[in-house]
Amino acid sequence: MKVLIRNGRVIDPASGRDAVGDVAIADGRLCEALPGKPDQVIEAAGLVVAPGLIDLAARLREPGYEYKATLESEMDAAVAGGVTSLACPPDTDPPLDEPGLVDMLRRRAKVLSRARVYPVGALTVKLAGERLTEMAELAEAGCVAFSQADEPLADTQVMWRALQYAATFGLPVWLRAEDHWLARGGVAHDGELATRLGLPGIPAFAETIALGALLELVRATGTRVHLCRLSSAGAVDMVRKAKLEGLPVSCDVGIHHLHLSELDLGYFDSHCRLVPPLRGQRDRDALAAGLADGTIDCVCSDHTPVDEDQKQMPFSEAEPGATGLELLLPLTLKWGAQQKLPLAGVLARITSEPARILGVHSGRLQLGAPADVVVFDPEATWRVSPEALRSQGKNTPYLGYELGGRVRYTLVAGNVVFEQA
Amino acid sequence: MQNDPQLNANGELRHLLSIEGLPREVLMSILDTAASFVGVTEREVKKVPLLRGKSVFNLFFEPSTRTRTTFEIAAKRLSADVINLNVAASSQTKGESLLDTVSNLSAMQADLFVVRHGSSGAPFLIAQHVKPHEHVINAGDGRHAHPTQGLLDLYTIRHYKQDFSRLRVAIVGDVLHSRVARSLIHGLTTLGTPEVRVIGPQTLLPTGVEALGVKVFNKMQDGLRDVDVVVMLRLQSERMRGALLPSAQEFFKHYGLTAQKLALAKPDAIVMHPGPMNRGVEIDSTVADGPHSVILPQVTFGIAVRMAVMSIVAGN
Repeated sequence: MKVLIRNGRVIDPASGRDAVGDVAIADGRLCEALPGKPDQVIEAAGLVVAPGLIDLAARLREPGYEYKATLESEMDAAVAGGVTSLACPPDTDPPLDEPGLVDMLRRRAKVLSRARVYPVGALTVKLAGERLTEMAELAEAGCVAFSQADEPLADTQVMWRALQYAATFGLPVWLRAEDHWLARGGVAHDGELATRLGLPGIPAFAETIALGALLELVRATGTRVHLCRLSSAGAVDMVRKAKLEGLPVSCDVGIHHLHLSELDLGYFDSHCRLVPPLRGQRDRDALAAGLADGTIDCVCSDHTPVDEDQKQMPFSEAEPGATGLELLLPLTLKWGAQQKLPLAGVLARITSEPARILGVHSGRLQLGAPADVVVFDPEATWRVSPEALRSQGKNTPYLGYELGGRVRYTLVAGNVVFEQA
Repeated sequence: MQNDPQLNANGELRHLLSIEGLPREVLMSILDTAASFVGVTEREVKKVPLLRGKSVFNLFFEPSTRTRTTFEIAAKRLSADVINLNVAASSQTKGESLLDTVSNLSAMQADLFVVRHGSSGAPFLIAQHVKPHEHVINAGDGRHAHPTQGLLDLYTIRHYKQDFSRLRVAIVGDVLHSRVARSLIHGLTTLGTPEVRVIGPQTLLPTGVEALGVKVFNKMQDGLRDVDVVVMLRLQSERMRGALLPSAQEFFKHYGLTAQKLALAKPDAIVMHPGPMNRGVEIDSTVADGPHSVILPQVTFGIAVRMAVMSIVAGN
């Protein structure tokens, strides 16, 4: 299969290339020039041609939660959103704590041949925070990192041992910093809005206290730790200092936390019930600035399809999470426009940067690299509606919003897996 | 921000969900309407035909005796048919969702839902889903709001003190968990009360409560000085089980209202309590039954206020 993408604005964030030109693909890889006639030509005049998006957190809900979403629906959503690689957290049912489960998930995903799926293994058995999983075995089965997803790891002794054990095998650990005891029972940022709405709060220091402990353990063990879903200004400052010190940490922010704050809860909008909670406007601004200055390495969708029944509940009882795979590109572009950043720099946060954290060769338009490519129209707008979303999860605070950035083609390993006029 | 879901396109009260956000005129008209009903409740024939033929569903997802009873009396005095549903004991335990319960009752031709729910915001969710001719009154949701209690508190204060513009009001105790306190604070600030104080240990005051427009005091001796109105909040015994308070005894010693502490307030200060009271925990019997106490008149006014709210929302 030979594909030629013609006359697009080719942007490769890794090399800084941003120029109109062609992209040639043969045998699933990017090449200099095609040997012979192309099988397919994509006219990309006026469109951006970039590496396919890489999302470090997308829940596919399999196994166990097929009523919320299926691998098939969410893989469709991924490529419709231009996402060609995604890491899925281990909080399935059962959790990804056994090689057999990981193997099954990878094979199911492969058969669907859409986005590449990188399972993140459970750090502890059943994510219960007590016993370590067979990390080395799980890594062999295809786990790229180990995490607790949103389950607590309250026991610092277990956390210390888990980091030591992961470091032994050179395995990265992805953790969200949240003190279990301080966050217990909370459903919203402990601030003015939670006070007004009478919602149990989670203070910002639930994050910074846990982050302090985690950074201390990184200092002690040297484990490569990726910090997931930063939510507070204080945490951004701490990560900035930790990086200056040279600690082996990276971090991400969820797409909603760049744009929304506690105020968006309005009259108990359960679509804004997220983990971690949306915090104050100052926190949101610090996250957006931290992503711009490189303290925060990348953005993820934290895609969490939730069925409508579980959202049509009083705020505290509603299931947290928002659909995100198809909003990752538009909301990242929106952030980039607000920060007045060049497009290559903006796209780096959803391509080359997450690729580096994931340790994969995609995420760049380098000759010989896997031909995972997205072709999108940066000017086209679309309205977010249940019909427009391919994900089974229609749960998003952005329902009804007009967003810019429409994916036209998505290619994985040189095959067009999504196409939209 | 969306439009206030409790007002219709003309700015009239369609549901009563929270005092927060209601304009002064709406609050005043409820209080004035309530005043006209106080006469009714004192007549020999205590009925007016304003809601004749209407069905009021008391939908209580949390146990309550007093509030449910006063709503029932108020609805009956307006000549409505009242159906009491103790949902905590029925369909919810069978796994039916909140909105399914409401749809089913709606199919039984309800006109007005009076809702109490343990989760903050539940009445908002219901109000978003009821039919255009149906109305929702919040009878207490989680820690969020208890607007008819707030209104009856405002009514009581106006009855005894007339004008809000010169008052100092102190709200004492467990503000953190109190929907009564939140509703009253919004009502008092909307009606122009110059000084609203909250008094309690830091563990029972919510983060950033100052943003509601109140002054914070940790000591009773400071907070009660020269106040016109003292509102005592109920302290649930389960607060003593966590790390919020060591004991009821220590709480009473520092925050219980005694005659001695009340002497710091103005000589003509009134003492209020939303009930049910814990004598010897937040209030001493000599004060609860003493000359400053207006706790029982609060209950009486509560019926007139609920009549006013029901007749206004059902009439819009």
